[in-house]
Amino acid sequence: MVLGSISNPATARHSVLVRVTHWLTVVCFVALLVTGAEIVISHPRFYWGEVGNVMTRPLFTLPIPASRDTVPTGYHFVMPDQNGWSRYLHFQAAWVAVLVGLVYGVSSFLNGHFRRDLVPARGERTVRAVRNVIARYVHRVPAEGADGRSYNVVQRIAYVSVIFILFPLVIWTGLAMSPAFTSAAPWAASALGGRQSARTIHFFVSGALLLFVVVHVAMVVVSGFRSRMRAMVTGGGEVPEERL
Amino acid sequence: MKPMSRRKLVTTGVAAAAGVAGLGVAAKLAERYGLIPPDHRGLYGPGETLTYAAQRVLTAHSMAREFPRHMISAAPFANATAPANALFKGHQANGFRDWRLAIDGMVARPMSLSLSDLKTFPVRSQITEVACEEGWSYIAEWIGTPLVEVLHAAGVLPQARYVAYFSIENDWWDSVDMADALHPQTLLTMGMNDGDLPVGFGGPLRLRVPRQLGYKSVKYITRLTVTDSMKGFGKGLGSASPEGGYSWYAGI
Repeated sequence: MVLGSISNPATARHSVLVRVTHWLTVVCFVALLVTGAEIVISHPRFYWGEVGNVMTRPLFTLPIPASRDTVPTGYHFVMPDQNGWSRYLHFQAAWVAVLVGLVYGVSSFLNGHFRRDLVPARGERTVRAVRNVIARYVHRVPAEGADGRSYNVVQRIAYVSVIFILFPLVIWTGLAMSPAFTSAAPWAASALGGRQSARTIHFFVSGALLLFVVVHVAMVVVSGFRSRMRAMVTGGGEVPEERL
Repeated sequence: MKPMSRRKLVTTGVAAAAGVAGLGVAAKLAERYGLIPPDHRGLYGPGETLTYAAQRVLTAHSMAREFPRHMISAAPFANATAPANALFKGHQANGFRDWRLAIDGMVARPMSLSLSDLKTFPVRSQITEVACEEGWSYIAEWIGTPLVEVLHAAGVLPQARYVAYFSIENDWWDSVDMADALHPQTLLTMGMNDGDLPVGFGGPLRLRVPRQLGYKSVKYITRLTVTDSMKGFGKGLGSASPEGGYSWYAGI
């Protein structure tokens, strides 16, 4: 077998497991993002600590109208309230995302996907390596010797951060808002500084995830939308020359 | 695509069969141990059932977080205003002297209690947080009779699975399972922060369920009905919340 050969269409660029879990995660992320935004507009004020409400000073307020008339926003109208189904769907999508993430995480540990494809290679864990990649992006120089089959150090850092920092953090801060979960695990809220801190962190981590998705999709478009999509949908045999 | 090896095919087949059988067994067990919420049908039923089942297993005996006195919110938020109906206004005019709480359904001794009757039961106070589904929250001290005391006095029959509770406001009712109904922190609340429970916060009588979101703590309670099924109540979804699009179980 010719490992990593670009002329061998039998070698999938992404494994079935990666492709299936990727697209399930996409569906969940869209559902969580839309419903999360819907939930936020019912109270677009954020606080720090354990408690916060319209009688207390917010940490910051989103400059948008609210979907409830009990929240002072400065606007003279109230947005449509869709909190009910948004909450149902938010938690259902969260369940699917967590279960899919567990399948992906456990398999990727066992089959070496994390070690092989995502953790930055030993020689690459330097600031210089990162700067080189960024310089290459800035000047749009094609990668030397790269066959487009493995990720560079910046990509690896981005993926590893999303998988091992942002995902766990968004799940934790979500659970820390549950009065039932924190009755069993009070530390989940107290370690974050309280329920309202958890809510605020949940909001920012969601923003970081959205930023990742925007950059991720932009890179896919820039580096060849069709081939990248084919790779993530069918596994994609041939890989055209890396354009970045 | 690479042809699938026989071993892989067999392994996948066995795993799939085991998965389906496992789901069937899980559903049976869940039903038996009361892990299926009344609003388990429909598009969002699976997520709702997972949340309820997982949290029932996890929180069987857990206590809602209680806070030190100095964390009591100086300015709590009452949210909705007092009920406008004439019945409530009549009670309010005479200082709630004739307010009564009926306990009926699957109990050995149905009863009707006045507020002073309720105060003869053991009283508990707790400093817990009210968290609204909108996102805001506050901490207050809540004083009242644990629901479990009243249920014991009425003699709950062994087949009981839910306690439905009704507000004096029409169409405002909810229910909890026995895990929350018998929970020591579930309070028939009459006092708040060392005073009587203000009308804005649900006075004269509010059922506080601190392990769930604020909307489960229904204000102006006049009746409790113990039952083995929520089918006969409203649309059979467990409470008025799912009828309005909100989940019955609000532990999140």
